[in-house]
Amino acid sequence: MEFAYLAAGFGAALTIIGGAYGIGKLASSAMEASGRQPEAAGDIRTSMIIAAALIEGISLFALVICILLALK
Amino acid sequence: MVSDSTQVITDSLSTAHASGGNDTSWLMHHVMDAKELDFEPFGTIHLPQLHLFGLDISITKHVVFLWLAAIILILIFNKVAKSYKKSLTPSGITNFMEVLIVFVRDEIVKPTIGKGHEKFLPYLLTVFFFILTCNFLGLLPYGSTATSNIAVTATLAIISFIVIQVGGMMQNGVFGYFKGLIPHGVPIWLLPIMGVVEILGLFTKPFALAIRLFANMTAGHIVILALLGLIFILKTFFVAPVSIAFALFIYLLEILVALIQAYIFTMLSSLFIGMAVHQDH
Repeated sequence: MEFAYLAAGFGAALTIIGGAYGIGKLASSAMEASGRQPEAAGDIRTSMIIAAALIEGISLFALVICILLALK
Repeated sequence: MVSDSTQVITDSLSTAHASGGNDTSWLMHHVMDAKELDFEPFGTIHLPQLHLFGLDISITKHVVFLWLAAIILILIFNKVAKSYKKSLTPSGITNFMEVLIVFVRDEIVKPTIGKGHEKFLPYLLTVFFFILTCNFLGLLPYGSTATSNIAVTATLAIISFIVIQVGGMMQNGVFGYFKGLIPHGVPIWLLPIMGVVEILGLFTKPFALAIRLFANMTAGHIVILALLGLIFILKTFFVAPVSIAFALFIYLLEILVALIQAYIFTMLSSLFIGMAVHQDH
């Protein structure tokens, strides 16, 4: 029975849930902090982009494994 | 983007026709490396295949685009460097490059490395502009992203790794560098595990750099090709407006991702260099 494609699909979906939740929480606290102190908005934006790229990097690890599964 | 979809049309029509309409191998064929440059529907250029001592070093599509990026960078930055001899205030393309160079120096390198950042500035500027050029070349029609090849990103990460270690060892001495990996004030029974964790950390950080860049570049192209290929899999023209609208949006997102990934690679490399050089921070 070939479950590789199903596993790849489930894996990608679960990874995206975790990644999107993390980036959503990050963006929400960044917006709140920018609202409280508009002068720091530039620094907050830079740190937000860095943290978002790191979280995305981790979720793309799992995505690469899913792609390997789907290609087998 | 029009030629990208033209490529998809001709290729997938031929493979769908040949295999009864359920073959999606054209998608990986467009994303992965190939031994020929194809300009469908105009023709194909077959690239020379070389074998040396049993290793396959034939010239593939990604190699051609790596060379193209290098040639573009050499031409532009030679012009920029020469124009500084004529006058210190830039004009024309030097003006634009100066914005980017000052951005990299003041926002990325100086805050993270601090004192002695001039030594690492050539390498970090090169990495930033090279990754930026490779990413942008992949977005043009008939273009292919060299950084969507794990070998290319692994090479960039290995070179970063070498710069980090050599920079750290030149500043702190070989033994002092390894001693400085373990933070201050750690209880003695924790030292073995801290040592193992820190040494592993030396290797996982460049590995993450390589995978991050590779996966970001490949994923964008796969999403666009999958959206456009939906038209052929469903075999209807009515899905075309929706499909092309989504694909256009993802294309714009990909331009943003190309910029962000070059910035992140440079920022993390310089952060690791800063942590290796000024270990007491």
